[in-house]
Amino acid sequence: MTARKSKRAGDETGYNFAYLDEQTKRMIRRGILKAVAVPGYQVPFGSREMPLPYGWGTGGIQVTASIIGRDDVLKVIDQGSDDTTNAVSIRAFFARTAGVNTTEETAKASIVQTRHRIPERKLRADQILVYQVPIPEPLRFLEPRETECRKIHAWSEYGVMHVKLYEDIARFGRITTAYAYPVRVDDRYIMDPSPIPKFDNPKMDDCPALQLFGAGREKRLYAIPPYTKVTSLDFEDHPFDIETWDEPCALCGADDSFLDEIILDDKGSRMFVCSDSDFCSARRAEGHTGPMADDPRFADPEPSPREEVSHAG
Amino acid sequence: MPDDQMLLRVEGVTKSFGAVRACHDVTFDLWPGEVLGIVGESGSGKTTLLNCLAGRLEPDSGTVAYRNRADELSDIFAMSEPERRMLSRTDWGFVHQNPRDGLRLDITAGGNIGERMMMVGARHYGNIRTEAETWMDRVELDLDRIDAAPRTFSGGMQQRLQIARNLVSGPRLVFMDEPTGGLDVSVQARLLDLLRELVRELRVAVVIVTHDLAVARLLSDRLMVMRDGTVVESGLTDQVLDDPQHEYSQLLVSSILQV
Repeated sequence: MTARKSKRAGDETGYNFAYLDEQTKRMIRRGILKAVAVPGYQVPFGSREMPLPYGWGTGGIQVTASIIGRDDVLKVIDQGSDDTTNAVSIRAFFARTAGVNTTEETAKASIVQTRHRIPERKLRADQILVYQVPIPEPLRFLEPRETECRKIHAWSEYGVMHVKLYEDIARFGRITTAYAYPVRVDDRYIMDPSPIPKFDNPKMDDCPALQLFGAGREKRLYAIPPYTKVTSLDFEDHPFDIETWDEPCALCGADDSFLDEIILDDKGSRMFVCSDSDFCSARRAEGHTGPMADDPRFADPEPSPREEVSHAG
Repeated sequence: MPDDQMLLRVEGVTKSFGAVRACHDVTFDLWPGEVLGIVGESGSGKTTLLNCLAGRLEPDSGTVAYRNRADELSDIFAMSEPERRMLSRTDWGFVHQNPRDGLRLDITAGGNIGERMMMVGARHYGNIRTEAETWMDRVELDLDRIDAAPRTFSGGMQQRLQIARNLVSGPRLVFMDEPTGGLDVSVQARLLDLLRELVRELRVAVVIVTHDLAVARLLSDRLMVMRDGTVVESGLTDQVLDDPQHEYSQLLVSSILQV
């Protein structure tokens, strides 16, 4: 059977497989190869107009489009959740233009496109994590000149990054940078890990999965190859640390995941739940329960079969 | 390094902007710990020359050679840009006329002083902080203001902060472009006093550009008088000011306002 003969859902849209034309995909793949070869280095690329606004994931979507194949299973998360507008739309976009299978389960995905989180479940070597990056330049708010930024990167004159951390401590007594926390990749380039919480920074270190970053508006690609050393910047007397919470997830009882605070009413009651919706529901399916798990307000009307969309014809 | 070897050797430095000859064939040597004043009217090429010396502007011809800590005299424009940048944030300082050019205005005073330390690898917050406090004290800035942004400082305070920020790395050569310009007379006097003290104490060589002969008289050991991009006279400060030889120097000295 050849791929041409098989009639796929993607073919009916009139678009090329995965929306982008083949030349564009090749251009992006060349950029990705360079990015993988020089971990953390920002590779310029000819970002295309995509059918969604800048800031909604145009970079990530182009990276995904250029690496996805018919056999891939795609998961898209936004704010850790699979069911937010952006995640649903991008998932539907690839289901339609590439006809690939999509999933909400981290374990079943071969490509995970994300913006704000790294899944709680440890990624495997056969998975690729694609980040949507709004501002790829970690020096942007310290050094407005692009020419100067490039020189700083080229010659590793990174002292200025610590000035930012110094400012945090001087003003607040601790490093308050909570997201897009700068990291050093492979002891060389300093990289902005997109707006993930610093909670996720340690997950990038020595990660078996390939991590690709795409910034559509800024036209930059960068990458962390598998099993690469990624260190978060800090001071000797103010070491890097991650967020902690006083209570576990209200639904699944996890005390080792990133929690979102949800305001329940106007009287001050609140709950903390896992930001990674797949992680939380998988734990609940395994029988873990948190303090509010029995609250009827949060009970699933029916234990819904977890979405498994197949578009394969 | 023995003090009898020159720190900076400048030979035939020439820089033009199109048809405008900003500085022409300037040659001099600078010794460690020496303060050289460059005076002249506005537009005489003082700042262009200073920028050439500090590696900020490449001259059209001529060489600027700097003797580094390893006692090697090397042309600063022949070395690679990262090497030159390294020098300019460790061995050298540059005090701008407008402190806004030399400071990060939205970074606290402590951060401004600490930047050079972090640039060369300081990664201990407590030590950086202590050093910043020491320098705040040395330039007579109130320690309570260490966490305030320089934009809330007065002009004189900003200038003192800029000086501290440059001196923290223990430079051997500091370039100053009208460091007291734009300050009122009493603040100017205090700043000059401070500068003179620090320069003598740290044995740092200084090239100071000024149009103010009083500043030159107070700070510099040696003076160069520039006009239309050319050095018309040079010599010991007192000698040039008390017994100017060139007609333009005589004009300059005679036009000092008397009160």
